[in-house]
Amino acid sequence: MTTTITPPETRGPAAAPVSNSLTAGKLPNGASWMVLGGSVLVSAGLFGVIAFSGAEFNWVGTFVVAALVYVVTITLLSRIVEGSRRATDRFVTALVTGAFLLAMIPLISLSITVVTFGLNRFDAEFFSYSMRNVTGEGGGALHAIVGTVLMTGTAALISIPIGLMTSIYLVEYGRGRLARGITFLVDVMTGIPSIVAGLFAYALFAIFWGPGTRTGIAGAVALAVLMIPVVVRSSEEMLRLVPVELREAAYALGVPKWLTIVKVVLPTSIAGITTGIMLAIARVIGETAPLLIAAGFTNSMNYDMTEGRMQSLPVFVYTQYANQGNPPEAYLDRAWAAALTLILIVMVLNLVARLVARFFAPKYGR
Amino acid sequence: MSKRIEVRDLNVYYGKFLAVEGVSLEIEPRSVTAFIGPSGCGKSTFLRTLNRMHEVIPGARVEGEVLIDGNNLYDPEVDPVLVRRQVGMVFQRPNPFPTMSIKENVLAGVKLNNKRISKSDADDLVESSLQGANLWNEVKDRLDRPGSGLSGGQQQRLCIARAIAVSPEVILMDEPCSALDPISTLAIEDLIEELKQEYTIVIVTHNMQQASRVSDKTAFFNIAGTGKPGKLIEYDETTTIFSNPSEKATEDYVSGRFG
Amino acid sequence: MTTAAAPIRAKQRPGDRVFSKSAVFAGSMILVTLAAVATFLIVQSIPALFADGEDASILDSNFWAYVGPLVFGTIWAAALALLIALPISIGIALFISHYAPRRLASVLGYVVDLLAAVPSVVFGLWGIGVLAPAVQPLYSWLVDNLGWFPLFAGPVSGTGRTILTAALVLAVMIIPIITAISREVFLQTPVLHEEAALALGATRWEMIRTAVLPFGRPGIISAAVLGLGRALGETMAVAMVLSATGAVTFQLLTSVNPSTIAANIALSFPEAYGINVNVLIATGLILFIVTFAVNAIARWIVARRAEFSGAN
Repeated sequence: MTTTITPPETRGPAAAPVSNSLTAGKLPNGASWMVLGGSVLVSAGLFGVIAFSGAEFNWVGTFVVAALVYVVTITLLSRIVEGSRRATDRFVTALVTGAFLLAMIPLISLSITVVTFGLNRFDAEFFSYSMRNVTGEGGGALHAIVGTVLMTGTAALISIPIGLMTSIYLVEYGRGRLARGITFLVDVMTGIPSIVAGLFAYALFAIFWGPGTRTGIAGAVALAVLMIPVVVRSSEEMLRLVPVELREAAYALGVPKWLTIVKVVLPTSIAGITTGIMLAIARVIGETAPLLIAAGFTNSMNYDMTEGRMQSLPVFVYTQYANQGNPPEAYLDRAWAAALTLILIVMVLNLVARLVARFFAPKYGR
Repeated sequence: MSKRIEVRDLNVYYGKFLAVEGVSLEIEPRSVTAFIGPSGCGKSTFLRTLNRMHEVIPGARVEGEVLIDGNNLYDPEVDPVLVRRQVGMVFQRPNPFPTMSIKENVLAGVKLNNKRISKSDADDLVESSLQGANLWNEVKDRLDRPGSGLSGGQQQRLCIARAIAVSPEVILMDEPCSALDPISTLAIEDLIEELKQEYTIVIVTHNMQQASRVSDKTAFFNIAGTGKPGKLIEYDETTTIFSNPSEKATEDYVSGRFG
Repeated sequence: MTTAAAPIRAKQRPGDRVFSKSAVFAGSMILVTLAAVATFLIVQSIPALFADGEDASILDSNFWAYVGPLVFGTIWAAALALLIALPISIGIALFISHYAPRRLASVLGYVVDLLAAVPSVVFGLWGIGVLAPAVQPLYSWLVDNLGWFPLFAGPVSGTGRTILTAALVLAVMIIPIITAISREVFLQTPVLHEEAALALGATRWEMIRTAVLPFGRPGIISAAVLGLGRALGETMAVAMVLSATGAVTFQLLTSVNPSTIAANIALSFPEAYGINVNVLIATGLILFIVTFAVNAIARWIVARRAEFSGAN
């Protein structure tokens, strides 16, 4: 019976006695790890020799060559021992894992770079000074942080009511052509390039205040255009998760529809909606292009949304990079420090959003 | 506290589909009426027309009249919300509000309507409603815990307490025991027996023993085939329906030769 | 309760009316906003369409000659990014959905999502500061050894800030988007199909090829198109990384590179005045139309898939 169990194309070591016929024609369990270790050693040795002749040791090269050696060796080895079908399987496994590791390279490289360069100027002065009258070293991003908070906050104030009420309309009231039309338009809005939102806000406010005006409120409107569809989408999804039974229970108690929505549906889904809104804020807080167009940039503090240009963190990063003065290191350090601040804000928002979703979601008694 | 229901030539539609056709019956106050019949025969749909809950489903509409103490529910001037305060409902699956405590669940009907209620009144109402639902002794020490922490049978009695806290005239029950174990079912059946002293009760059930145990009168619904409307076949005293029905279909159904 | 016995009247309650009206109002605001976006862009674009070099200083001859190379650059960069990102994204999605251990899978998914949370301006900074210098030696090697291949023709860029580097940054930015959607689709593969394949003695890859990929193909396509839409509109990363000259060329590694619409607006707008502003807004309108068309295709594919599967 052993011959029928072993795949026919196996050219395994037939002479060797096999204790369990089901393991015949298969590479031993640790084989892939051993091949991987061998590949890394070979590759490191190769680059070590190159490094010995003067060049710097190339980590990326080592990694790439090790991966290539591994893929080739494991496929060949498997083809000899296990046959072509399993060889293909191992080949694809290596490729798929490799794709994941490849995507980790930019993430890790980015994190290391932002933290190492960002910490150079991640100090008290950075968070307590603006760039007014600063040339060269010193100065800070307080005006940009204030601008980001003001504009993102205003954008949230505009888009949360509109987005939430729209999702309520779509879930609780929407029937027929208007609802289908709005769903379609929300889709279209999701696809608006961020710079187009900036152009729109600029053109809109150019009508009232004349061409060339750049204000905080214009920036906020641009961000709101980008934020509304995200809020609608996530809130809609959360509202649809609320069981119909709960709405019916409220109706059966003689509760009008709007009170049912306000007091039963919204409280039940509030955790999910909060998460969605925080993720939406995290998405727009890093937007650069629309603010560059609609709110411009400045070196001074500005608390007035309706008057004068307003700086923001992402635009600060860009302007510090783009308009380097003397010494350029001071400008680049400030850019990286602002980038680090921005990433930290986005990460905290993401993290808190997920914690809210996990801990405050209601438990349906099922 | 309890009212008489009179239904005249009621047709229920979902869009163009006629789901229930030509139902006429009268339900006496302070009685338990059971609706039985095979799945999909329209008994739940019909039950939901008695407090206009079917309107929650888009496209549902009704022809005919439902009179509660002579007032037509389907008069164009009638507000369905007020109807539902007089005709309460208990659902198939217990559905306490997950964001509320036991106490808040009982008070939901009052609080959700933005009514002010003094603390002592609220406490009295909670106690009397939970007493009425035979749940007071089991939960009086944990009124502030979430309602979803109770067992299935307790949750269902909590839902009944919630329904009677708004002092309705009629209570509709849509297969209230189908998601419960036999012991919880018995507790609910005992409760129905007590509630009928004060309320008009209409119950939909798949369990014929349950219908014969709890109801005074029984209505048998049937359907000719898929896509055909459900119809009221026979409506009589429960003892008659189960021992000596006048229709052949009813006899087949209650004796288990059908459905 | 004798008071309640009175016939019940009043058809619609004021609270309900106010609430449903404001819901409809909010929904209509979406309509108004989009109509406003379209109207403003079109109105502001009209002067640009008939302008020439005398009206607007950034125009050489007419508007279409100006926007042509930009459209080419936008589509070329986005297509390159998609070409790089798509296979990697499918690999990652498969790794998370079918290869990684169960407990790790959600964590790994979250790690990939982190990439999506990084602001584009930070990607831009990273692209110039880290990626461009890192790939420049590779580019030199490619030009020296594979220069006969038209795409790799020299002379090599000394900074590494070429269209290929921009496409690499764009690819990193759209990988999380494509991965997230593909992963969802792969996880929805009916378990019965997978088990049927495994029960026939298929290896994991054969199971994926026969059950998972055919089921997920429409999802992958729409994910790819959505990623393409994102890459078309991406601004800052390209504006910072790419050192553009405005040429129309397919060469990937030289210092002569086409620009993209979005990057060109970001770079030129702060200093623009007069009719130049209208020219830039008109290019924005064209970008809007292109992304709208791409997203419409994605939606159409999704809708067709919904029809096929019967569910959703």
